[in-house]
Amino acid sequence: MPVQTVAPRIEVRPSAPPPVNSGKAKVAVRDLNFFYGRVQALHNISIEIPERIVMAFIGPSGCGKSTFLRTLNRMNDVIPATRVGGQVLIDDHDIYAPGTDVVELRRRVGMVFQKSNPFPKSIFDNVAYGLRINKVTSSSSELAGRVEQALKDAALWNEVKDRLKTSALSLSGGQQQRLCIARALAIRPEVLLMDEPASALDPIATSKIEELIFDLKKQYTIVIVTHNMQQAARVSDTTAFFLLGKLIEVNATEKMFTAPNEKLTEDYITGRFG
Amino acid sequence: MDLHRHLDDELSSLRDRVLLLGGEAEQALERAMYALSERDSDVAREVLDHDDQVDQLEVEIDRQCIDIIALRQPAARDLRFVISVAKMAPVLERIADHACNIARASIDLNNEPELNSALDLSRMAEHALQMLRAALDSFTSNDANTAREIIKSDSEINDLYNHTFHRLIELMVTEPATATRDARLLFVAKHLERIGDYVTDICELTVYMAEAAFIKHSN
Repeated sequence: MPVQTVAPRIEVRPSAPPPVNSGKAKVAVRDLNFFYGRVQALHNISIEIPERIVMAFIGPSGCGKSTFLRTLNRMNDVIPATRVGGQVLIDDHDIYAPGTDVVELRRRVGMVFQKSNPFPKSIFDNVAYGLRINKVTSSSSELAGRVEQALKDAALWNEVKDRLKTSALSLSGGQQQRLCIARALAIRPEVLLMDEPASALDPIATSKIEELIFDLKKQYTIVIVTHNMQQAARVSDTTAFFLLGKLIEVNATEKMFTAPNEKLTEDYITGRFG
Repeated sequence: MDLHRHLDDELSSLRDRVLLLGGEAEQALERAMYALSERDSDVAREVLDHDDQVDQLEVEIDRQCIDIIALRQPAARDLRFVISVAKMAPVLERIADHACNIARASIDLNNEPELNSALDLSRMAEHALQMLRAALDSFTSNDANTAREIIKSDSEINDLYNHTFHRLIELMVTEPATATRDARLLFVAKHLERIGDYVTDICELTVYMAEAAFIKHSN
């Protein structure tokens, strides 16, 4: 669990970094604070994530980027003794407002994890799982169509179309991760959160995931946490840098990697940290 | 050793090499102008003989930049530095080439009677050398403001070139017997004027390196 144990001592400008305002904000976060018990893991985070872009979160281990990612679909709710302050607006609706349907929220804001986690079921049943429990489809042919589309969207269809009934566990690591993406896409989310989705994959499988992310942004708003700065540079439109639970800078990715505004950002991406 | 320390060492070595190349270009120009003004063809030949080493240095810098980009994947100020050096090295090599062309012209001119015409070539060369030295200093100290000032001073070389051009054309008309020598000196003047332009390029790269600002073609 990324918990900081000392009070952050970061020199930043008094005002929060300017949010990136290119296009309509799909997600708008206002003054978000997050606590694991008595330890504050996120400090006054304010950021806007425009629709249909890829935003990358970078920062050293324990900086709060994964914690922040999980606040965007309330995945932290399942961790005991956590507390959230501030607002997370998705399409102007505060997802922490009383009465929010968390299951519906997680349908709209899907998530892919660092380690692929296919169910011990067939390839088809993995993708169909969310559709079945949500009773999204009314016929088996519609279900099959949705599964096929999700697998196509995840660039996996051609590799598995002849063995949909075989176990998902028989797939390679990269294929399993794309299957998990297909499973997330099947229920047609609006936002896709990816927590280091390629960190356990070889360069070829990583490249396929990155190409997929590039294609998916035509339809989805994607937020990706990555430790790999070259990956952030390759796949994202905007990049946010976190340090000790604070958002230090949000900028267009090309600006971030050639001429960041903040010295802390520059020190981090040039490897001169600490 | 920390990875960033390793990168710092490589960047430092790259900086040393590009400054060495700058020094070579500066020395080539200084010696070529000496060969011309003192009618010393031996010095001119030394400039020409030394050019292979200058070319080799440029290739080494090229290779080092490519290695750093491929292996270290520099970002932000490191990336701007490596890109600036990669673009600066051929500019410095071209300055040395112009110095060689001046050296060749001096060998030809030294075989003919001296021209007794008041020309601004020495002033042009001195100004070009001052610009080059200042440009290399501003690059070393990451000083964009000085680089901008140097760019402005290029107009002085251009003015001197225009004056020299008209003076030499005038000589060709009034003293046709000197036309061949006048033409050679006109080329020398043009080489010096081009060196001023190249120094401007170096300064633009320094501004990019220091401020991530593209000022090329921005007048």
